[in-house]
Amino acid sequence: MSAAVVPLLEARGLVKRFGHVTALAGADFDLLPGEISAIIGDNGAGKSTLIKALSGALQPDAGEIRLDGERTTFRSPRDARLVGIETVYQDLAVAPALDIAANVFLGRERRRGGPIGRLFRLLDKRAMRRDAERHFEELGIRVQSMAVAVESLSGGQRQGVAVARASAWARRLVIMDEPTAALGVKETGQVLDLIRRVRDRGLPVILISHDMPHVFDLADRIHIMRLGRRVAVVTPQSHTMAEAVAIMTGATQGELERAMTKDPTS
Amino acid sequence: MSATTEPTATDPAPRRARVLDAAQRVLGAQAVAPLIALVLTAAFFSVKSDAFLHAQNFSLILQQVMVVGVLAVGQTLVILTAGIDLSVGTVMAFGQIVMTKLAVANGVPPLLAIALGILACMAFGLLNGALVAGIRLPAFIVTLGTFNIALALTHAYSSDLTYSNLPSELLFFGRTFRVAGADFTYGVVLMLVIYAVAWYLLTQTAWGRHVYAVGDNPEAARLTGVSVGRVLLSVYVSAGLCVGIAAMLLAARTELGDPNAGQTTENLDSITAVVLGGTSLFGGRGSVLGTLVGAVIVGVFRNGLTLVGVEVIYQYLVTGVLIILAVSIDQLVRRRRV
Repeated sequence: MSAAVVPLLEARGLVKRFGHVTALAGADFDLLPGEISAIIGDNGAGKSTLIKALSGALQPDAGEIRLDGERTTFRSPRDARLVGIETVYQDLAVAPALDIAANVFLGRERRRGGPIGRLFRLLDKRAMRRDAERHFEELGIRVQSMAVAVESLSGGQRQGVAVARASAWARRLVIMDEPTAALGVKETGQVLDLIRRVRDRGLPVILISHDMPHVFDLADRIHIMRLGRRVAVVTPQSHTMAEAVAIMTGATQGELERAMTKDPTS
Repeated sequence: MSATTEPTATDPAPRRARVLDAAQRVLGAQAVAPLIALVLTAAFFSVKSDAFLHAQNFSLILQQVMVVGVLAVGQTLVILTAGIDLSVGTVMAFGQIVMTKLAVANGVPPLLAIALGILACMAFGLLNGALVAGIRLPAFIVTLGTFNIALALTHAYSSDLTYSNLPSELLFFGRTFRVAGADFTYGVVLMLVIYAVAWYLLTQTAWGRHVYAVGDNPEAARLTGVSVGRVLLSVYVSAGLCVGIAAMLLAARTELGDPNAGQTTENLDSITAVVLGGTSLFGGRGSVLGTLVGAVIVGVFRNGLTLVGVEVIYQYLVTGVLIILAVSIDQLVRRRRV
């Protein structure tokens, strides 16, 4: 790993407590330019708390977050969004009755120029449709028309809309929180391809997933969390899935070594 | 891989196209259905009664529709956010008592009295909106509460007196002008203007999209940066404005300030108009132009049933059946789509 590269996003010693429960106990994280960094961990390992801290959905009790090497705090998802961090959620966060272009531009609608836009707040629907269409083409998402209601799309296409929206607005990075959890096998494959294309266009991705094969298929680096800490950073080349799971579930060092020595023989 | 999963996996394109076609057909029908219902209703009554199919009768229907029509604009906004406003009738009565009492009994300049009456209605809208958006109470309970509060305030403030001899400013929107052998009130014109403005706001501005998005999937709206609370608040205050304007039209039409107005038919009629117009009670889909058609359907029913000689009691019965029918269709269409 090249130590010279400044991480795009870096977290150091994040702590978050909920009453007696310590969700994050000094967690670290770093995302390098142009990579897909996956976060894995058992239930309760602190994955989602870490992600919420990185996306501004909650504030850590201690620790710091650095963006391009500079210290920042996110008091709300809006703060994170303002600096160019977008999040894709697992539960298909789209408005089904609105059309695709309206969903891509939801909350960031574009108005006509001049007094018509300023005084009468008239939407520039044509420009929004055109830009949404161009963006979909760049990502290779195929849909009939931008004027189609999202509810008439398949689950995979709907998540495609969410990914396209996030990557259209993210200037720095995209966080994908279990983006395929609600999808079928084939649709999952489509969304995974899409995530890869987002990365290939230069936008780094933080991927949270339960699915080991997907993580090992997609990620450049894998951060393994356990009991509120990042216990290891591995790559699909350096470790097998079994080893990653062993670290994740807290197998002892001895067990780990046995697993490692056993693997080549099998 | 079992054999049953493979057909869908091999050729998704035709299946997708079929789903799209179906959706478009349903959505298209949703916009057209209220109009067809209106034509059928009108055809039925013109066969049943000779008096129905006259220009003068149509202008009468429009005059009867105008108050409920304006209430239904506000109701549409609220229902699009998956809420409901049960308070429109009595809040309207309160606004109308405020403007008439101030103008007649207290000598307040009529235009100021009208403005204060409208503001009173908007204050109720603000209260509804603050409770729904701020404390996240169900709109149903909140507006049932404000229904009773407005009812009590109306009677207390008016001392159960009826105010007549209204100044001419308060009667303006009840005045008529002649077009093509029929009389139209300025109030009907105002109603149509309000529909046009509401249509523009809902379909051509970001605010309108946010209203739909909040009703459709509030969580998604919030996550994409829409300020859900602010949208809800603006919707309920706008509904209050519509109620205030309806109060002004009611005073102009009845030429009275009547504390007993607005307690019976207006609430249900405004909801019926919205639902008949194809707007879903589950929020997020519908159109204000559909509501206009729905309001006219309600008006045609009341007018036609009167002409045919059906007693008022049975008119209630028919409206009751009508709204349940419309909601059932909404639910069936929705189920098929999901």
